[in-house]
Amino acid sequence: MGVLKVKNIKWSIDGANILNGINMDFKRGSVHAIIGPNGVGKTTLGNVIMGLDGYRDFEGDLVFNGRSIKGQDIYQRAKKGITMAWQEPARFEGLKVDKFIGAGVKGNKGKAVEDALEKVGMNPSDYFHRAVDKNLSGGERKKIELASILAIEPKLVILDEPDSGIDVASLQNIFNAVAYLKKQGTTVILITHSMEVLKHSEYAFLLCCGAVLKEGSVDEIGPYFENRCLPCEHVNEPEKNGARV
Amino acid sequence: MSTDDILKAASLHTAIKDKDTARLVINKDKIVDSNEVEGLQVTARQIKDGVDIHIRLRENTRVKKPVHLCFGVTHKKAVQKILLDVEIGENSTINIFSHCVFPNAIDVQHIMDAKIKVGKNARYFYTERHIHSEEGGIKVRPKARILLEEGARLKTIFELLSGRVGSIDIDYETTCLKDSVMEMTAKIDGRADDVIKIKEAGNLEGVNSRGVLISKVAVRDRAKAEIYNKLVANAEYARGHVDCKEIIQGDGQASAIPIVEVNNPRAQVTHEASIGSVDSKQLQTLMSRGLPEDKAVELIIEGLLS
Ligand SMILES: Nc1ncnc2c1ncn2[C@@H]1O[C@H](COP(=O)(O)OP(=O)(O)OP(=O)(O)O)[C@@H](O)[C@H]1O
Ligand SMILES: [Mg+2]
Repeated sequence: MGVLKVKNIKWSIDGANILNGINMDFKRGSVHAIIGPNGVGKTTLGNVIMGLDGYRDFEGDLVFNGRSIKGQDIYQRAKKGITMAWQEPARFEGLKVDKFIGAGVKGNKGKAVEDALEKVGMNPSDYFHRAVDKNLSGGERKKIELASILAIEPKLVILDEPDSGIDVASLQNIFNAVAYLKKQGTTVILITHSMEVLKHSEYAFLLCCGAVLKEGSVDEIGPYFENRCLPCEHVNEPEKNGARV
Repeated sequence: MSTDDILKAASLHTAIKDKDTARLVINKDKIVDSNEVEGLQVTARQIKDGVDIHIRLRENTRVKKPVHLCFGVTHKKAVQKILLDVEIGENSTINIFSHCVFPNAIDVQHIMDAKIKVGKNARYFYTERHIHSEEGGIKVRPKARILLEEGARLKTIFELLSGRVGSIDIDYETTCLKDSVMEMTAKIDGRADDVIKIKEAGNLEGVNSRGVLISKVAVRDRAKAEIYNKLVANAEYARGHVDCKEIIQGDGQASAIPIVEVNNPRAQVTHEASIGSVDSKQLQTLMSRGLPEDKAVELIIEGLLS
């Protein structure tokens, strides 16, 4: 059953059309990928779904659990169980890891924070009292952001390039976390341009020029992306590459 | 309210019983308790409206446990003047906690005038923690003139732990000789009609001296903050940095005047200042975890000032 429906969403800025009528249907408890080369509008779509400032004014509709969430702000969407991990996580000067991860937790914060850190392969006692700022590496901040999502047990999560800045050894922690979310019944949206990440999804949307160029199983989308999109010299001009739009 | 309450507020009731912990406890202009340890001399003399204090640390002495100075005023109305003269001998180390406790203040002035000399290769760590009343009826005027001799190190932190600022006007100036290192930090959270003025200055006079001035301030409601940071580098290989962050909410007002002056081509001073509302990415991240906007702002400010 569709938990989130993206209905013909168009979003533009300063006269540039970035999203050009996107339709997507996300199934409850499934892992989805939104894949595409740089600059095709993946993050923009994530921002629109989360309702970030500047991204709430769009054409079309967003329907979550049968109700439109258009016009709702981030907090209202978060209360419904929607959350997002940023492509480039924020730095919080001085804010301790345990406070950050525990921020949205209801109930026993300490336990939730510890469990979440362990799930992303971080030793809680090594990180509890460090600050989520420039003293953490980019990869550490990515994992801590993911932990902050695991800790709140969301209904739907957008993970924007969860593998960026993550070393090979830690990559498996990220995929384990995705598997854990799925097991919990969370609907996962992975934004990526990596084949490796794509393999961990069940269904994929291939984006080009702010529109869905193709959608289907990973077995269908994977080879197409690898053979047609990765070598493509006409990103965001799919028709020039012989694709039917 | 008694001296005991001051000690409790400053979490000093255990330290006060320890014979190995040096301390000096003042209530308004009365010396309530004092203790010295090997190599450290703490003398205090009552003066009009206050106390004149001399601290001398012998050379080559490391004071193991933190030294506690407690300046309390339990009165609602009072003036408290503290004259502080500190000399730290060569190669010595001291870590001082200064607790300024004014829990009932409606009209209290706390004026501190400090002269501090940190000897060659000595280390001086000074943390000033304030506990104020919720009324904001307090004026705090700390002034310090500090000299760091060759290779000396200084680290100062000024923070308000609880209660309202009232009016704070900090004026610290440090002169750094060859190879010395100083770091001065002030963290203050202003509300209602609090007024915060911070003037921190550093003179990097010696070759290879280093200095960092840090101010972190939040102003909410109608609070005002004025931060004046000045760092002057006059010697070869002197390095300095000024870091000023001010978060404004409501009708708060803030200004930052960083002055960096470099008079030697081999010296370098950098500065960063940011004044404004909380960072929108931080705010939106926390909101996406289910925090309402005001709670998210609180947490961001708490982090900045922690
Ligand atoms: N707020 C904005 N202001 C101006 N341009 C924007 C804004 N948001 C998105 N864009 C533009 O929209 C286009 C798509 O950007 P987006 O970040 O969504 O790409 P992406 O698919 O996530 O790319 P990448 O793989 O590099 O992360 C880009 O050209 C980008 O500059
Ligand atoms: Mg992106």
